[in-house]
Amino acid sequence: MAEISQGGGGGHKGGKVRVKKASTRIDMTPMVDLAFLLLTFFILTTTLNKPQTMELTMPEKPKETDKPPEVNEKKVVTLLLGANDKIYWYVGITDPKIEVTNFSKDGIRLVLLKKNSEIPGMIILIKPSKESRYKNMVDILDEMNITEMKRFAMVKITTVDEELIKESNL
Amino acid sequence: MGKVKVHRTRPSLDMTPMVDLAFLLVTFFMLTATAVPDEPVTVATPSSVSDIKIPETNILLITVAKDGKVFFSMDGKYHRQELLKKIGERYQINFTDQEAARFGILSSFGLPIGNLKEFLNLSQEDRKNVEQPGIPVDSLNNQLKDWIIFSRMTNPSVRIAIKGDQDSNYPIIERLMNTLIENNINRFNLITSMEQGS
Repeated sequence: MAEISQGGGGGHKGGKVRVKKASTRIDMTPMVDLAFLLLTFFILTTTLNKPQTMELTMPEKPKETDKPPEVNEKKVVTLLLGANDKIYWYVGITDPKIEVTNFSKDGIRLVLLKKNSEIPGMIILIKPSKESRYKNMVDILDEMNITEMKRFAMVKITTVDEELIKESNL
Repeated sequence: MGKVKVHRTRPSLDMTPMVDLAFLLVTFFMLTATAVPDEPVTVATPSSVSDIKIPETNILLITVAKDGKVFFSMDGKYHRQELLKKIGERYQINFTDQEAARFGILSSFGLPIGNLKEFLNLSQEDRKNVEQPGIPVDSLNNQLKDWIIFSRMTNPSVRIAIKGDQDSNYPIIERLMNTLIENNINRFNLITSMEQGS
């Protein structure tokens, strides 16, 4: 029991006056119960409410006069985010050999790491298709973080790429 | 059976320090807790390994629901009131002070500007039952753009955060990001939840 007991209680001054000792003990159990209930509640609610954030810096909108930067097409790896959490990828631009992978640990991550060691100064183009979900975009950006890819860009998908996905039948 | 007299002493434990501590913690958690604002839609954010925490203040939150509806919210009661006046001027809708006050405490909303006045005059209970159609972000009628521009005018230090549902389609997110980029906002945050062991 939680209880307060006050010692003494009424002095004995001048003459013996018998002070009736009333019990000063309060049963604190309900209060303590409540306190712990609140404590549990607040602990549980505060830890659950912590959103993470991923910072994203997009390139500035190119001006009309700007020329697109020229890159060596052999260094370009294109990732197409398709429907049903599939990633289609190919190296180069002309005559691409399309392959399919997924978002699992042994999927895109291995591809990225392997290609990164093969191609120095690799540039990744991420092209989310219309069927892809927001989750796919976040996942791929996450994958960039994990594999520490520095050079990647999010690009609008072209009809050529959409055709490629269709033709590949993967 | 013989009577065995058990000497009973009432076990008594001084719980005062424990109670003190409990109350200290209760007070602490009560003061640090921030009420979760009620949102018109529930959004399941995608997970990521990113562990940057979102700042508490000066956040402009754009929520994208599963069905592609876009919701807007900004923190700061006074900023919001100012924002409503400005956006009212832009669309030639006159909002009263009372409506501005109500807008100040409103959480997230997703309504075309034309329906906002009516919505603000509803009671708190009725507002929950309103089916919100989302803020228009079409290229013809991009009201979200105006909300963003005017928010940045009222509170220049505001940061843009996008809270998208993981199942929302990419084109709507793309349109949203293009809207931001067109307004020279190249840095924004994507709200994600903690990665669950992969």
